[in-house]
Amino acid sequence: MVTDPLTATPDIAAVRTEGGTVRDGTGYRIFRVVNVSLLGLVCVVTLYPFVNLVAKAFSSEGYIAAGQVNLIPRGFNTTTFTAVMSDPMFWTNYKNTIIYTVLGTIIAMVLTTTYAYALSRPQLKARGFFVGIAVFTMFFGGGLIPNYILVASYLGWRNSIWAIVIPGALSVFNLLVMKSFFENFPVELEEAASIDGLSTYGVFGRIVLPLSKAVLATMTLFYAVSMWNSWFSAFLYLDKKELFPVTVYLRSLIAAATGSQEVTGGAGTDAVQIGANIQSVTMLLTVLPIICFYPFIQRYFVSGVMLGSVKG
Amino acid sequence: MSVTPTTAGPKADADVDAERPRHIERKHTWARALKRDWRLYTFLILPIVFLLFFRYLPMAGNVIAFRRFKPGGSIFGEEWVGFYYFEMFIHNPQFWSVFWNTVILGALTLAICFPLPIVLALMLNELRSRRFKKIVQTISYLPHFMSVVIVVGIVFQLTAVNGTVNQVIGAFGVDPIPFMQLPEWFRTIYVSSEVWQTVGWGTILYLAALTTIDDQLYEAARIDGANRWKQTWHITLPGIRPTMMVLLILNIGSFMAVGFEKVLLLQNPLIYSTADVISTYLYRVGIQSAQFSYGTAIGLFEAIIGLVLVLSANFFSRRAVGASLW
Repeated sequence: MVTDPLTATPDIAAVRTEGGTVRDGTGYRIFRVVNVSLLGLVCVVTLYPFVNLVAKAFSSEGYIAAGQVNLIPRGFNTTTFTAVMSDPMFWTNYKNTIIYTVLGTIIAMVLTTTYAYALSRPQLKARGFFVGIAVFTMFFGGGLIPNYILVASYLGWRNSIWAIVIPGALSVFNLLVMKSFFENFPVELEEAASIDGLSTYGVFGRIVLPLSKAVLATMTLFYAVSMWNSWFSAFLYLDKKELFPVTVYLRSLIAAATGSQEVTGGAGTDAVQIGANIQSVTMLLTVLPIICFYPFIQRYFVSGVMLGSVKG
Repeated sequence: MSVTPTTAGPKADADVDAERPRHIERKHTWARALKRDWRLYTFLILPIVFLLFFRYLPMAGNVIAFRRFKPGGSIFGEEWVGFYYFEMFIHNPQFWSVFWNTVILGALTLAICFPLPIVLALMLNELRSRRFKKIVQTISYLPHFMSVVIVVGIVFQLTAVNGTVNQVIGAFGVDPIPFMQLPEWFRTIYVSSEVWQTVGWGTILYLAALTTIDDQLYEAARIDGANRWKQTWHITLPGIRPTMMVLLILNIGSFMAVGFEKVLLLQNPLIYSTADVISTYLYRVGIQSAQFSYGTAIGLFEAIIGLVLVLSANFFSRRAVGASLW
């Protein structure tokens, strides 16, 4: 069952004390204070790197170089933003990320939805076999080089968008989550629909999909975020800069900056610091869509994971 | 992946199929099933083609670990060479160096990143303010959604000579440390970044499991005079044990593959002595130096260790606590 753990989690802590015969001892009261403080600390530590990133993005190079930028921007300016955003390659790569994300998500969703639906139907024969061949790939695979040979040499997808959006499609985890969702559909619903003259396609398209909007949205988000964040397949199969997604653009920036750091032995040279400033801005612009959507979509992710955990 | 211990997985389904009595009858029912439900079977075409082509074909491509491979030739290689490439890496001291790096890094990650979400989930569970709990959850899940490139960028900035970490230790009078150039710091940095990114998100399944524990158990324990610590020890922890075991098995399965992408982005030649692991080594020799068969042999070795680990963990878990993946 889909439950939103953020709201549905019953307050076990509250239940356990209400009208209890055992009163909170001093030890437990101390624990609660420590607990709240520690969790507060967890929040601070988790958020700090983001705050630091924002602070650096708006600071001038001199203050960053001197190691004086932590929480608040110093020497506030937006020139780096203007500089990064006026780089046409940045926008080309940003656009690529959007294209790869949309296309990759569509392909993955088609594969996942059709497969999960077929697997969830009791009348499908050899269901165990079809589930098994998918699950096995979770634990054993072709490895880096056979995959590389297949995609780059055999298929000739070097510098092709297909190398980015196809080989990584279909996550078995998402497949299993969806399968267990579809399994909860009452068989009667479909029987009634087929008596009314709907074929399997009709049932799937007109009844199952419209009733599965929540799980479809969740899976789409799962795939979209992982496509947005991915970089390695692009790094592996693409040589042309104008095809890079923004993550690879960012990686090149970081590699260039740390490369110069090695050469100069880590001393705070200008080259490195300009890098740090530009890096912060680029990172910020890359994560911006995720950060903006995050508060709204977070509960879908949570319910998606929960769905996979609680077998219907 | 189901975390309920009694999951009716693929095996149970296969058993149902195996009950079909005779060969002829089976064939007959197959034909009938296909005739009746052929539309349903068309749903399988695309995914199965995908799996065969992009998962099972590369799996078969592993055969080049035993065959000489010529670029541009057959993807299954040219001629058998037996265990030539395996002997090559087994006699290579550099391989053993990266092998042990992998084991150490994997063990550290497992030892730290596996228990921490349990602790955090239990801590969250003790909170009385719902709103605070929600805030902590929202914040601690956030790093999970960051690209590994971003995480590594953040790590570089925080550990830079003028970064925050050096400022903090500088306040105690310690000279700046060029962390990313010192092999002795790599493991600490890697594991810390893993903790930052994974622990919050890792609590979700435990929090879900916590909600399934029957409140009557706590009530009964209270009447018997058990205090909060005892309730946690005797009710809460056993209650989430199946979840713990399943996640432990999965973690053990990815033990050898230790965050390949993150390590690849974090490492540089100065710190290879601790930061080079099997997967990054095989990327360098296999892809960058184009020693395809040699790299495949190493990859196959790693994958088989991973498979053996997950199978044995699953076996022992089923024997010992009755929780397993399938």
